[in-house]
Amino acid sequence: MFRKILGAAAIAVAANSPVFAEDGAIIVQSTTSTANSGLYDHILPIFEGKTGIKANVVAVGTGQAIRNAQNCDGDVLLVHAKPAEEKFVADGYGTGRTDLMYNDFIIVGPAEDPAGVTGMTDAQAALKKIAGEGALFASRGDDSGTHKKEVSLWKDAGVDPDAGSGQWYRETGSGMGATLNAGIGMGAYVMTDRATWISFANKQDYEIAVEGDEDLFNQYGVIPVNPDKCPSVNVEAANAFSGWLLSPEGQAAIAEYKVDGQQLFFPNAPSN
Amino acid sequence: MHSIGESIALAFQLVLTGSADLIEIVGLSLQVSLSATGFALLIGLPLGALVAISRFPGRNVVLAVMNALMGLPPVVVGLLVYLQLSRSGPLGFLGLLYTPTAMIIAQTILIAPIVAALSRQILEDLHCEYAEQFRSLCLNPWQSMEALLWDARFSLLTVALAGFGRAVAEVGAVIIVGGNIDHLTRVMTTSIALETSKGDLALALAIGMVLLTIALTVNAAVQMMRTTAARQAYV
Repeated sequence: MFRKILGAAAIAVAANSPVFAEDGAIIVQSTTSTANSGLYDHILPIFEGKTGIKANVVAVGTGQAIRNAQNCDGDVLLVHAKPAEEKFVADGYGTGRTDLMYNDFIIVGPAEDPAGVTGMTDAQAALKKIAGEGALFASRGDDSGTHKKEVSLWKDAGVDPDAGSGQWYRETGSGMGATLNAGIGMGAYVMTDRATWISFANKQDYEIAVEGDEDLFNQYGVIPVNPDKCPSVNVEAANAFSGWLLSPEGQAAIAEYKVDGQQLFFPNAPSN
Repeated sequence: MHSIGESIALAFQLVLTGSADLIEIVGLSLQVSLSATGFALLIGLPLGALVAISRFPGRNVVLAVMNALMGLPPVVVGLLVYLQLSRSGPLGFLGLLYTPTAMIIAQTILIAPIVAALSRQILEDLHCEYAEQFRSLCLNPWQSMEALLWDARFSLLTVALAGFGRAVAEVGAVIIVGGNIDHLTRVMTTSIALETSKGDLALALAIGMVLLTIALTVNAAVQMMRTTAARQAYV
């Protein structure tokens, strides 16, 4: 009996022979908003149909995506933190960074608006007011693109939120969706990218409080990983993927993706 | 708020419509976790049996370590395996990161200590009963281990189930080494995490219910197997 079970287990393992990474496939180290909003579900089938290249997306925060790519665990990087991306390229990990598309960040809050910031279009002033009122604010706290942006906004606003860490400033150390869930659960303001917000299903009574500030611009970039640093990179397929994203066809595919009739990402690759 | 009822309805809908995606995710979950359980048994049972019948200096330390490793945090196992399998790690040349194989490796490491520690306890208790008999038959250690494993086989099934339960329910390790890639490394727990992060709590809970049902089915199947086998053995 015992031997039979072991035998059966061994056969089961052998029959389900391990799946190795396929040759015509690439790993895209990506920020979460592009995956959670469903953008990849829309554009990847078009790309795969055209080229036969399978793009496997690993969606993590921008900080982790960059570190994974530095460990050579990806062929293409698609994130949204321009200074970090430029450093990635300058350090030799990427062959070059190109603007891909943009949308914007927003600050969402509960309908009762405890800090009285709803309708404001000045992000720095709104953050100052939230801090001044001691209203709850849930931060990603995970070195993601959104978190980097949020930290820079606090800095520009001249507020040190870490002084209120654990009190009104709540760092969840989690992804965008988890932070929204937590923030909404505790009635805190949350800064999020618009794409994640529009496609987010657990909004409850939350509304957009602050939007429309130039400072809230959210630029996404695409970078093929440098084969000189990472010989394992599937160069041809990686270049095909980033090239297609930046092509008129890829840009059009990005533009036509809508949730609830709203466009989530606005292509802005340099045209040439 | 979402009601549990909504999720139950959604769970039924998911199962009854038999969506291809769900079948794929369930299939991969079972493939990964059953494989990991198989490997963990291959490693853990001999180890547990060996420690059960052996007496050596520092044995208590070994026991303490074995028992402590049962509490390995999945995310730590995931990180350790990631660092080995990463392209920049020592085993990176294998190209295993972000594959089901990597997930099986991580879960095997996670549950092998559970199998070893629990089987050690069961076999040691049994050995207390048998020790004198073994000595009178002049069995060598290998024969003793084999006899113990065979006689404890029904109790050891529960050990296998404990290991499988831990493997199929964990998310921390597989999401790091598997990457939760759609149609490649997405399993039930990583789907639940993903749907939660999309704010689709009803769907997340519904997948959780499907997972629970599958775990229940596996347990029931093993229970039936055990009852049938035990009846035949004692007739």
